[in-house]
Amino acid sequence: MNKITKGGASRRSLLTTLGAAAVGITFGPALSACSPKSGGAGGAEEAKLNFYNWDTYIGETTLADFKAAAGVDVNMSLFSTNDELFAKLKAGNSGYDVIVPSNEFVTRMSQAGMLMPLDHAKIPNMANIDPTFLNPDYDPGRKYSMPYTWLALGIGYRKSKVNGVPDSWKWLFDSPEYKGKIALLSESADLVRLCAKYLGNSVNNIPPELLPKIEAMLIRQKPFIKAFHEDNGQDMLLSKDVDLVLEYNGDIAQIMAEDPDIGFVVPKEGSLLNSDTLCIPTGAPRPDNAHKFINYLLDAKAGAEISKTILYPTPNAAAKALMPAEYRDNPVIFPPADIMAKCEYGAFEGAEKAQAYEELITKVRAA
Amino acid sequence: MEQSWKQAKAVFAGAMGPPLFWLVLFFLVPLGIVWVYSFGQNVGLTEISFTGTFSNYARAIEPLYLKIFAKSAGVAALTTFLCLVLGFPVALAITFAPSRLKAWLLLLVMLPFWTNLLIRTYALIAVLRTEGYINLSLGWLWQKIGGLAPLVGMQPVGAFTPLELLHNNFAVVVGLVYVHLPFMVLPLYSALDRLDRSLLEASLDLGAGHIRTLLVIVVPLALPGIASGVLITFIPALGAYLTPDLLGGPDSQMIANVIERQFKRANDWPFGAAMSFMLLYLTFIAIAVQAMLSRSRGRPT
Repeated sequence: MNKITKGGASRRSLLTTLGAAAVGITFGPALSACSPKSGGAGGAEEAKLNFYNWDTYIGETTLADFKAAAGVDVNMSLFSTNDELFAKLKAGNSGYDVIVPSNEFVTRMSQAGMLMPLDHAKIPNMANIDPTFLNPDYDPGRKYSMPYTWLALGIGYRKSKVNGVPDSWKWLFDSPEYKGKIALLSESADLVRLCAKYLGNSVNNIPPELLPKIEAMLIRQKPFIKAFHEDNGQDMLLSKDVDLVLEYNGDIAQIMAEDPDIGFVVPKEGSLLNSDTLCIPTGAPRPDNAHKFINYLLDAKAGAEISKTILYPTPNAAAKALMPAEYRDNPVIFPPADIMAKCEYGAFEGAEKAQAYEELITKVRAA
Repeated sequence: MEQSWKQAKAVFAGAMGPPLFWLVLFFLVPLGIVWVYSFGQNVGLTEISFTGTFSNYARAIEPLYLKIFAKSAGVAALTTFLCLVLGFPVALAITFAPSRLKAWLLLLVMLPFWTNLLIRTYALIAVLRTEGYINLSLGWLWQKIGGLAPLVGMQPVGAFTPLELLHNNFAVVVGLVYVHLPFMVLPLYSALDRLDRSLLEASLDLGAGHIRTLLVIVVPLALPGIASGVLITFIPALGAYLTPDLLGGPDSQMIANVIERQFKRANDWPFGAAMSFMLLYLTFIAIAVQAMLSRSRGRPT
């Protein structure tokens, strides 16, 4: 009935701005959360933990299970963009113990001294992680972050309205074929990087002389674009406002369950990968509990419980093994290996580049 | 008995103190901080140093951004004009409504304020979208009426093509008019309600028609109300950012959207601050123009 909420569980859903993000949600009985030092499992620290997470980004029973296992009450509040997380912690940590920034922001925040180095000895479940995730460029040696999920940008499309499989960025960036039926994500850096990828470059170290070319291409394409969406592309696709949409695989996987006419493809040129990670911000009041909690989230069973709810790809090999085949073999959640080989993480390359990309997109939209 | 404030300093201070404190702490101080930012420079990722540079303002008056300012002013002006055209008859009708009804009609005008702007905007999306209420209703009518066409010997109609109502500048203006209409109706009403009815009767008695009475008598007398209605509609419309973001198409960005992106994605607070103040200066100019207009009107001719 209500098409707005149909998209349902989207970690970056705009609906979070409706208030959940501001209010924060307390789990577990308030009384025990207030009692100072319930001793036991919490050790020297208060048996409490402040977890700052994306919306709909945790298993249904995960927090209660953790309380049963470790005796620590988790108080979870929500943010809806990395920028929000960054802006909030920029002014100093107001009491968060565990946060979930994306890869680029792990680099940015660690450079700004906003993250605490992790003590790997306290996270034995690190052994569950797929080894390919253990030494990423954005955090060499996993000094500051543990991988929680990863995401790939791709094209979500309505099968009955599209000729075959739109397996190239061309259909979004460089073709009038689907005039007025295209929605692009309004993330300047992501757009510029994917255009560079389409033009045969890496998503990183984009040569400055390529930027005018990207700008001209997007200005040429603009009349065919219906909208720049705020990561609610899955809703626009579901409500038939558009037929092609630039979105994350997890978001499209969620609506494919509702509408069999929807497909998803990571284009053949390769794409941009993101990874959301578990970090401890500098100044966290309870680092011991934070390590315990991160270790718990990387547990095989707990990880499978989370994946079952959120349907994002997991970097946790042990958890993935516990999942049913329709998750493990879903080509939307886990795109084919030959395509994955062409995908890259976007690196943080300094504030100037971010500002240059922002201005490029402002120019495109003003043109 | 009226008293000069000089004779009741304690009362004056007691009455003015709390609002003044509020104004300084929550309006002037934050505004001052943003003003200082606008003369600063980014140092590293989290620091801003105050160098007194004008480079942010120099960037803000580049043609790219001036064009966006101009476009925003154009959209806001169109919104204000439509609000005036729609709001004036509404205000007039409320003025001449029976006094028992008046309160209810005013309540109806204010009712939308009881709902969050975001929710109202989402509701508009549900109305305007390709498979929204307007297109569904039109499609239904098209089918029903089209079904009759062969009966009266006409060509059968083709399939219904939904109207493109959402994600374009049209939707932005519709959204802005919808949101800002009460800002126009209320000051217009208060100006029209104070109107001396005997002047209207005199005009009608002396042979002027209704239209002429409206244009020659009512409008000039209501001009201060119209001016303040225009001003308090234009200013928030100029700074609108949620509406163009949610209802707009690829070219619907307004200046507030650009400012928002500086504070968030681009992480360039000094430049965002400079643009915010450009917007503020524009607002001051609008207020000054309005003040000048009302002063020249007040002068005897």
